[in-house]
Amino acid sequence: MEQWLELSAHMLSLSLFTVGGVLVAAPEMHQFLVDDMHWLTDLQFTSSIALAQAAPGPNVLFVALLGWNIGVNASTEMGSSASLSGFVPIVGALVALFSIIAPSASFAYFAGRWLNHNRNCRAVQAFRSGVAPIVIGLLVASGWRLASIPNSLVADHVVYLVAAISTLVVWRSRVHVLWLIAAGAVLGFAGVV
Amino acid sequence: MTKSSCSDSQMGPRTPRHLFLAFSLLSLQGFGGLIAIVQRELVEKRKWLTPDEFLSDWAVAQTLPGPNVINLAIIFGERRFGFRGACAAVAGLLTAPLVILLTVVRLTQGAVESQALEGALRGMGVIAGALVAGSGLRMLPGLRKNLLSRSACAVLAVTTFLAVGVFQIPVPITMLILGGLGSLWALTRPEMPKRS
Repeated sequence: MEQWLELSAHMLSLSLFTVGGVLVAAPEMHQFLVDDMHWLTDLQFTSSIALAQAAPGPNVLFVALLGWNIGVNASTEMGSSASLSGFVPIVGALVALFSIIAPSASFAYFAGRWLNHNRNCRAVQAFRSGVAPIVIGLLVASGWRLASIPNSLVADHVVYLVAAISTLVVWRSRVHVLWLIAAGAVLGFAGVV
Repeated sequence: MTKSSCSDSQMGPRTPRHLFLAFSLLSLQGFGGLIAIVQRELVEKRKWLTPDEFLSDWAVAQTLPGPNVINLAIIFGERRFGFRGACAAVAGLLTAPLVILLTVVRLTQGAVESQALEGALRGMGVIAGALVAGSGLRMLPGLRKNLLSRSACAVLAVTTFLAVGVFQIPVPITMLILGGLGSLWALTRPEMPKRS
């Protein structure tokens, strides 16, 4: 019980600092959960992130997996009965996910409500117009950085070629993105990129 | 003078439950970055948002702390059905994928380890970058109704790309400085609606 409170407090305290996505807080989470508290192994931490990224849904779900794995470890240590050991990880997952989302979601709710109610005021209109081109530049830049994470196994130009072609496909065609993701997984699995 | 505020009420989710189902459906299709799916579902397929509305909602969602897709769901849901709408949209994004994820982990008993996923994930990562960049370019029509001129938009977009993509200046700082400049620039435009 105390563990869940500590976990919740940690996630609640990080939530409002996750500008740009929850993954920016991953190093702090690793420091706390793996290095300081020893609630998770390094492998459990990294595979939680990898699995959540490979699965459908928002990436923030990796936090639920962290909570789940903490629950698995806790119930193994306690040697709980089989019925309890199925329940504890679910509590861990829900506590972690709720705590990382609740503060930022509340903030977004009130900010969104204010903007929705003042959408015709001059400042909001200026903001909407002024920020729009920046979002486009930002998305292209983030995509560029995501695709060009250094990879020692294959030559960079192959990665850039694949990335450039798929960017064109996403931009100009109506091909469903699931096909592209599947193609990427196959290429990666086969060691092409 | 309401330039874009009336257009998104022509079509839209009928009930919070409709919203919940729509967001569940798009979340289940979202591998490696939901933005491409959200844009196609909400703007191109369902036409619940016009391109320029999506662009400015995404700008807000990205500036606020927290997962940007969840922030977008909250802002969109709140506009339609208030608190219930925000809850319905977020619950839609999270519930089905969470159940699937935990079921997979439970069934495999943690046997899915990073080793097995590594190659496939690397490939998906390259595509995920393309999805984000491609979705950005796909939003270009959203600039048509912009108060800023074409060339002003181009200057701001290219500067942002250089700042974040090449010089690796942190996103919040870039947003603050360039976003502030862009907004002030828009205020000076003759197209800007006068104080009412």
